[in-house]
Amino acid sequence: MSQKSSQDRFPNASRNLPSDPCSAPTHLVIVGNGMAGHRLLSALLKHPERPERITVLGEESSAAYNRILLSSWLADEIERDALDLPLENIATAGVTWRLGERVVTIDRQRRRIHTDRGEPVDYDRLVLATGSRPALPDVPGIRLGNVGGFRDLVDTTWLTSRPAGSRAVVLGGGLLGLEAAEGLRKRGLAVTVLQRSERLMNRQLDETAASWLRSELEGRGLAIETHARLAACEGDADGNVTTVRLEDGRRLPAACVVVATGITPHTALARQSGLNVARGIVVDATLTTSDPAIHALGECCEFEGRTYGLVDPIWRQVEVLAARLCSQPTGGYRESPCATRLKVANISIYAFGPVETPPGHETLVYADPENGDYRRLLLHDNRLVGAVLYGDTTAGPGYFHHAREEHDLSACREVLLFGADDATRLLAESATRKLEEAA
Amino acid sequence: MSDQQAKGCSIIEDTSTCPASRDTTPCPPFKDTTTCPYCGVGCGVVVEHDGERVSAVEGDRTHPANFGRLCVKGSALHETLGEEGRLLRPRVDGKPVDWTTALNAVVSRLASTQREHGRDAVAAYLSGQLLTEDYYVANKLFKGFLGTPHVDTNSRLCMASAVAAYKRAFGADAVPCCYEDLECAELVVLAGSNLAWNHPVLYQRLKAAKARNPLMRVVVIDPRVTDSCEIADLYLGLAPGSDARLFNGLLAWMEEKGRVDRRYLERHTQGFEAALNAAREDDTRLAAIARDCDVDPERLETFFYWFATHLHVVTLYSQGINQSSSGTDKCQAIINCHLAGGKIGLPGAGPFSITGQPNAMGGREVGGLANQLAAHMDYHTPGAIDRVTRFWQTASLVPTLPNEPGHKAVELFDAIERGEIRAIWIMATNPVVSMPDANRIKRILAACPLVIVSDCMANAEVLGVADIVLPASSWAEKDGTVTNSERRISRQRGLLPPPFDARHDWWIMSQVAAGLGFGEAFAYTHPADIFAEHARLSGFENASDKPGEGARLFDISGLAALDRASYEALAPIQWPVGRHAPGGTARLFEDGHFATPDGLAKLLPVRPRAPQQEVSAQRPLRLNTGRIRDQWHTMTRTGRASRLMSHRQEPFVEMHPADAESHGIADQQLVELDGIGGRYRARARLAKGQRRGELFAPMHWNDAFSGQAKIGGLIAPMTDPISGQPESKQGAVSLKPLETAWEATLIVAGDLAGTVDPRDDCAYWTRIPMAHSLRWQLAGEPALENRDWLAWAESRLPLPATQWSRDSARERLRASGLEAGRLRWWLMVGPPAALPALHWLDACFARGPDASLDPATRRRILAGCASGARDQGAIVCSCHQVGQRSIVEAIRAGDTSVEALGARLACGTQCGSCLPELKSLLEEESAHVSV
Repeated sequence: MSQKSSQDRFPNASRNLPSDPCSAPTHLVIVGNGMAGHRLLSALLKHPERPERITVLGEESSAAYNRILLSSWLADEIERDALDLPLENIATAGVTWRLGERVVTIDRQRRRIHTDRGEPVDYDRLVLATGSRPALPDVPGIRLGNVGGFRDLVDTTWLTSRPAGSRAVVLGGGLLGLEAAEGLRKRGLAVTVLQRSERLMNRQLDETAASWLRSELEGRGLAIETHARLAACEGDADGNVTTVRLEDGRRLPAACVVVATGITPHTALARQSGLNVARGIVVDATLTTSDPAIHALGECCEFEGRTYGLVDPIWRQVEVLAARLCSQPTGGYRESPCATRLKVANISIYAFGPVETPPGHETLVYADPENGDYRRLLLHDNRLVGAVLYGDTTAGPGYFHHAREEHDLSACREVLLFGADDATRLLAESATRKLEEAA
Repeated sequence: MSDQQAKGCSIIEDTSTCPASRDTTPCPPFKDTTTCPYCGVGCGVVVEHDGERVSAVEGDRTHPANFGRLCVKGSALHETLGEEGRLLRPRVDGKPVDWTTALNAVVSRLASTQREHGRDAVAAYLSGQLLTEDYYVANKLFKGFLGTPHVDTNSRLCMASAVAAYKRAFGADAVPCCYEDLECAELVVLAGSNLAWNHPVLYQRLKAAKARNPLMRVVVIDPRVTDSCEIADLYLGLAPGSDARLFNGLLAWMEEKGRVDRRYLERHTQGFEAALNAAREDDTRLAAIARDCDVDPERLETFFYWFATHLHVVTLYSQGINQSSSGTDKCQAIINCHLAGGKIGLPGAGPFSITGQPNAMGGREVGGLANQLAAHMDYHTPGAIDRVTRFWQTASLVPTLPNEPGHKAVELFDAIERGEIRAIWIMATNPVVSMPDANRIKRILAACPLVIVSDCMANAEVLGVADIVLPASSWAEKDGTVTNSERRISRQRGLLPPPFDARHDWWIMSQVAAGLGFGEAFAYTHPADIFAEHARLSGFENASDKPGEGARLFDISGLAALDRASYEALAPIQWPVGRHAPGGTARLFEDGHFATPDGLAKLLPVRPRAPQQEVSAQRPLRLNTGRIRDQWHTMTRTGRASRLMSHRQEPFVEMHPADAESHGIADQQLVELDGIGGRYRARARLAKGQRRGELFAPMHWNDAFSGQAKIGGLIAPMTDPISGQPESKQGAVSLKPLETAWEATLIVAGDLAGTVDPRDDCAYWTRIPMAHSLRWQLAGEPALENRDWLAWAESRLPLPATQWSRDSARERLRASGLEAGRLRWWLMVGPPAALPALHWLDACFARGPDASLDPATRRRILAGCASGARDQGAIVCSCHQVGQRSIVEAIRAGDTSVEALGARLACGTQCGSCLPELKSLLEEESAHVSV
């Protein structure tokens, strides 16, 4: 049923698929032991038709871990162990991990990989899951000591060792920046967040939610500067940062600077190997690159002009690719609306769709400032196309469902903000009425 | 006489429930019997109370008016009591004063008015809400001692035409029938009476009788299809005001078909030929009558045939006949037909005027109307002035009876406007709402030098024009008697002490009388003293057993010797109660002997007259006015019971869907009527039972409850030349949609009701009391810019919005103010059609502080209903608060009868007023299914 509907809606979706799925490769190599690579491995291991041999090459020397929980670890809310991503109860016969080993070149002709140490690896099929890197602003001093991102265990370890009482500046008021800022604040640092745009989390939150979030965070002790553009980082004689300078001339003391202004797909290897690369490694709906023997997924890939930073679509990519690698038929990967579910500093946020109100769209807004409860629904032609939920987000998936199914919500518009049950009931009643009228 | 009839006339000996016996059973809760204060049915009720508060009310199974039945208004009586909203202190010139000061002010100002401007510069305007004893004292004081004839009553608005017709035809203001006649009739004709809504208990009795007797037929004659049609075998939806033409036609038809009772006419009546000739002046062919009355000829012939061929016919008529500029003649046309067929003085036969008010008849018994003197004697009754002077003189120092009848209601206010009357005492009525051209009445009273108002409710609009305000006792406090529509005198008992400074009307007037120097004539210590005097006067020089000079039909001298204890224990009894009928009289004129000097009933020629208020190009629509099921008069009492507000919550105008469409009006839209003396703003209700070109609007709403919804403002002060009753049923108006910029619903907690007033700048507003809160329905003038409602709330409500929601496209907004989790106010901007049933929300206002309300619960408050709760739609059954949607669902789930619905939802199982609506819902649904 779902397949039928997907084909109806995306008539082109299946055209990229080879009519005859090739047989499972005997040796699969996965470059990248991050969350996408690890998830793909897990999925394959559950599959009886999996490739005979799998080799995982990871640049980080540690075993796979949950990157999403780094902020909790930074905030000292969990132990390091909690980050581990074990492969529980799964037979790992035929799997080889080569960690702390960086891939240097891919010889696509020979289907062989060269690394910075050890033997080259031959592959039948190659998966690139190389992830992304922090996007560093192009300003003087950005390479100074104690200026860094917040992406991995190394970054986090660095941050956890910052002394309490020292001053930190976080560049970027998005999810990652705020998590880093809250983590550092909890560790006793005096933290200032610099946000280029006029509000925090401008890609997920509208003005109201962003301003509520700002007041909440400021109430906890974070300093937040919006419209703040970094001009330079200035350092001492040892090459360590001491001050950041803004475009408006202000200077803020900073014993460390965390850069969280976005990510860039890590594509150097693919580019060098002559694969088709735009912002990310270009893939088709089967997650295949311009080389039929090479796939890419996760934050390093680009599909239909899109790159990725949230887990939901990446998990769907994993499903598609795992099936493909096990010679199973799939509907292929297709872009679909995707909701952001976040917990920033213990405030739940759920959002999808446009944040601004496009022309011809309408909004439904509910606000209960006393209780920190806010929701804003974006409608077009009585169909839900976007939502921001702040505080109590339990209704988020319900709204998302309405949006994905493109329900006509005119029958329940009046109660849509207040409760899923009522809306569902009214829709059912309206459907019954329509049936009766038709009869 | 059947057993039931015998029971109806007997004195019930059981005194166990009377207050006098409380000495032996001193423990609360007490159960006492009394009489309901609403309509003219005069039902007996049993009141459970603790001496301070009434906790429950139920029908009195022993009372012959209702035998235990009670309608929703009566059932909710205890919800309308309590000190809230009561008038508690006297006021003089706006300042609270003690009673001595207030009484002195009344005495000195009345005296100086009379000194400077003559005795008849003083007037009284009384009410069918007063007890007979209060009425008696008022009449005696004003007519007998202040010496002014200008005493009239709001009964003038309701049944003066019926009275005038009875007096012309029978020689006395005497309803010939009793309620049992409805039960033993072969044919009951409801003419201009929506009995189902206005006299629900009587309707239930009729309905039950019809169920017992399948041969009984019911005909409903009414310009609109009402709920009374539920039991109709035949409905005649006649053109408004064409009743006299219809009954004249009937008279001619009966004669033509040889269906007149020649023997009865010859022996007991006079004037048949003249009446017949008058009827024959119009074309007497069925087709012509049908055309003039705008009814189907076959239906008309069926009605004529049924009427002519049955002997036991009751024609029950009410305001639809009376409230006309030719009301007396319309009543006469009905009486003519009954006399011509000999259909009177028999069980189940007679022309039966059913009164609106609980004590309209009692008021007439004491002489409360301007043309009356006392005890069914008029000013012009030979020897009456002399007789009453002598009777009252026995205890009076200054007998100063006037010798001319006074002004009737409409003329009375005209006389005030002309400056002839300079002081008026208004008791227990709200003429600035109920009189025709009510806005003008308000202006007249505002300009009158002295307006004294006694009332029990602080919200009565008439208080706004009063110089002296006197707080009166109310139902369950007042002690005395009332007379219902079948001449039955019942005790309305004083069970509770009046709150604070409220006093009984008879006491107030007796004090004033004493201050004026008439103390000896008003030395009453108890209503029993007054009743005894009234009863003595009824028998004074009254040879009621003999026709002719000096005989009056109204004779209750059999009750003149009641001592205090017998008065306390008085069981319901129908007058006359004289030497020859010590147990009362169920039915009059059984011997064919009437109260006219010659003992003959009079048929009179009737010439049908069109309504005086003419529809025109400017005001092209005919306006019919009337009551609704769950409200009473100007709502000063019923407006306090939230469940009585749930059936019809706002003032409305019913119109035919085609008229609505041609005026560009949708159901539930706000509309404006423009009439001769004002405008009326209300919500449109589309009703297929409404004739094209005609509208119906309820008479209840007024300035205390809605911005511009006084029906009186639409009615021209045209009156019947004989009875002086206004033509309230036949207004002429224009209709248009009301242009508004927004609509809003604001609900404030009960304790904030007095501090929040959102009415300014509103094109429309209505107050709807709920159990724990007060709801305002508002609409804004289009000229005003749309409000910033959150800013408005912050500046106008006791606390700013703590939560809100908004729909950008529809300009909808909801907001509420919570204080520590306690709901204080709730606002929705948008059409009220989007509102859920508000009971849940109302209950939220009763909840105590709860700061721990979780976000989901707080959102429910804005939603206005519990999660997953079904909105059950408009309330149909007020007793059990069952809504239309729940009923329709039950029908769809397989309930095919009102009994099944009652078993499932309890609707219709208590007072039964909603049974017609349930039945029509069942019919609508089955029609829906079969389509």
